[in-house]
Amino acid sequence: MSILSLVWSYLKAKPLNTVLNIVLLSLGVSVITLLLVVSRQLEQRVADNTKGIDLVVGAKGSPLQLILCNIFHIDFPTGNINLREAEKLANHRLVKSAIPLALGDSYMNFRIIGTSQAYPELYQAELQTGDWWKEELEVTLGANVAALTKLKVGSTFESAHGLTKEGHAHEESKYKVAGILKPSGSVIDNLILTQITSVWHVHQEGEEKINMDHTLDLKLIPGYQLKDSTKEITSLLLRYKNPIAAIQLPRFINTQTNMQAASPAFESARLFTILGSAKTVLMSLAYLLVFISALSIFIALYNSLKERKYDLAIMRSMGASRFKLWSSMVLEGVSLTFLGTIGGLFLAHIMLFVFLQSIGDKTGLAPFQFYLEEAYLLIGGVLLGLLCSLLPAWQAYRTDIHKVLAGN
Amino acid sequence: MIEVKDIQYSYPSASHQIMRFPDFSLQPGEHCLLLGESGGGKTTLLHLLGGLLHSQHGKIELAGVDITKLSQAELDHFRGKKIGFIFQRNHLINTLTVKQNLLAASFFAGSPADPDRAIELLEELGLGDKLHSKVTELSVGQAQRVAIARAVMNKPALLLADEPTSALDDKNCEKVISLLLKLANHSWATLLVATHDHRLKERFKRQIELKTPPTNQ
Repeated sequence: MSILSLVWSYLKAKPLNTVLNIVLLSLGVSVITLLLVVSRQLEQRVADNTKGIDLVVGAKGSPLQLILCNIFHIDFPTGNINLREAEKLANHRLVKSAIPLALGDSYMNFRIIGTSQAYPELYQAELQTGDWWKEELEVTLGANVAALTKLKVGSTFESAHGLTKEGHAHEESKYKVAGILKPSGSVIDNLILTQITSVWHVHQEGEEKINMDHTLDLKLIPGYQLKDSTKEITSLLLRYKNPIAAIQLPRFINTQTNMQAASPAFESARLFTILGSAKTVLMSLAYLLVFISALSIFIALYNSLKERKYDLAIMRSMGASRFKLWSSMVLEGVSLTFLGTIGGLFLAHIMLFVFLQSIGDKTGLAPFQFYLEEAYLLIGGVLLGLLCSLLPAWQAYRTDIHKVLAGN
Repeated sequence: MIEVKDIQYSYPSASHQIMRFPDFSLQPGEHCLLLGESGGGKTTLLHLLGGLLHSQHGKIELAGVDITKLSQAELDHFRGKKIGFIFQRNHLINTLTVKQNLLAASFFAGSPADPDRAIELLEELGLGDKLHSKVTELSVGQAQRVAIARAVMNKPALLLADEPTSALDDKNCEKVISLLLKLANHSWATLLVATHDHRLKERFKRQIELKTPPTNQ
């Protein structure tokens, strides 16, 4: 016999009430936790993926689309930019480095990216097996791609145009897997990397037109001699040489060229502002749930006082102090909110896990990562229990034993 | 063991009638019947003796302690250790089992749990098979016997019973009062039974009659 077993016996005596109160609170807490975990991890992912990229340059269109497409690889390209224009920009005095990207094809919904070695270096990607791409039509696979397509080093595959499985297949040229990367937790896990000329090769139609006066040695594609002024890429990822570039370069690109520049930092902040209002709505709903469950616990405890007045009086007659009755009432409220909060925390992580499993987990979110704020939520849950049991506990404390036992 | 002198109580109501009670004293192990009409102040006197009500006048000495001088917390502790209560309706805690109800008596009194004594008592009361039963599954007579077991659980020096038999039929009444006297004798406890139940009169040598009305002025 202890105060805990006494409290437990009361909770057990009304199983439906107890379960309802715990479930109500669990739902509220799980929504709060889910929002916390997802927004924290999204922010972290965005920060990781935009690290080392000051500016994205591509065809004119929506700047947000440019960022979503070229950094997170979740939207379609805005169009193409001329390689000679891009090369000029790469040689600009305010540009420290430039990484070219050529998009267009996919394999089983995974994007094939024509780029340079600097791109995997940006994400500190390392090889798991095999080698980097060296020849035209050789590719290196991201970790997720290899896991889900079951492609091995030496396998060959045909790419499809666009991002759909059913897209027009380029049957005439096959890609060959040269190597597979270690998981990095960045977008690169979901990409197939190759050199830019591979992408051109696949899309080549007819003979190459040589219509330039002289050939050009490219900084963007070392070892390649540009002879054709119509060659295009999708975008450039730029790094500034100095802080002045942050002011001058975007303006220069947006006004002086027919290309568009977008800042990942600015656009993702804008994205979070848009998502922020949705988050606020969900958060309010979650707090409403928590409030209702607290109210429900308060009402349950308050009503139970009437049924328990004899119990309380008899406990006093057996020598229980007023404080003991007070604390048993408080403990009952706190047990409910504690269990509800714990349940909510686990529910949130399990829901996230199930959701990620069901969409095939390409997001790279970690469902079982716990945050310090969840400990605060637990403390908050305990305080909530204290708050809604204070008044019932005070009533229990003040029970007039004589009046109750004398039977009037 | 118990010495009552010049106590009175008035309820905080509009009339402010003062209830006066006769002086008396009981020896350890002595059993006494407190007789009087319903509403004649028997329960009030019992609650005063048990410290459930605070006497506004006079002296109540139990086992050498004047309980009118104790603070609320000291009184709670004293009550748990020294006094056992039995009420007309048994008032067991319904969410607990029979055994847990007995263990609760030790828990609330702040004494160490003694499951062996609980089992021993229940067997003595013929309820050995009801150890893990729910309280709600017991008959009225059985429940009253559990309440008696609970009252003597901590070996109190004073047992106060308020109409312990008035809800029972003749057979159960006989059984309950015999057990009560037996268990009181076992632990050398003073037993004071407040009742208007005439069936009990021949079982007690000592009887105190509260005059009706105990109020004047």
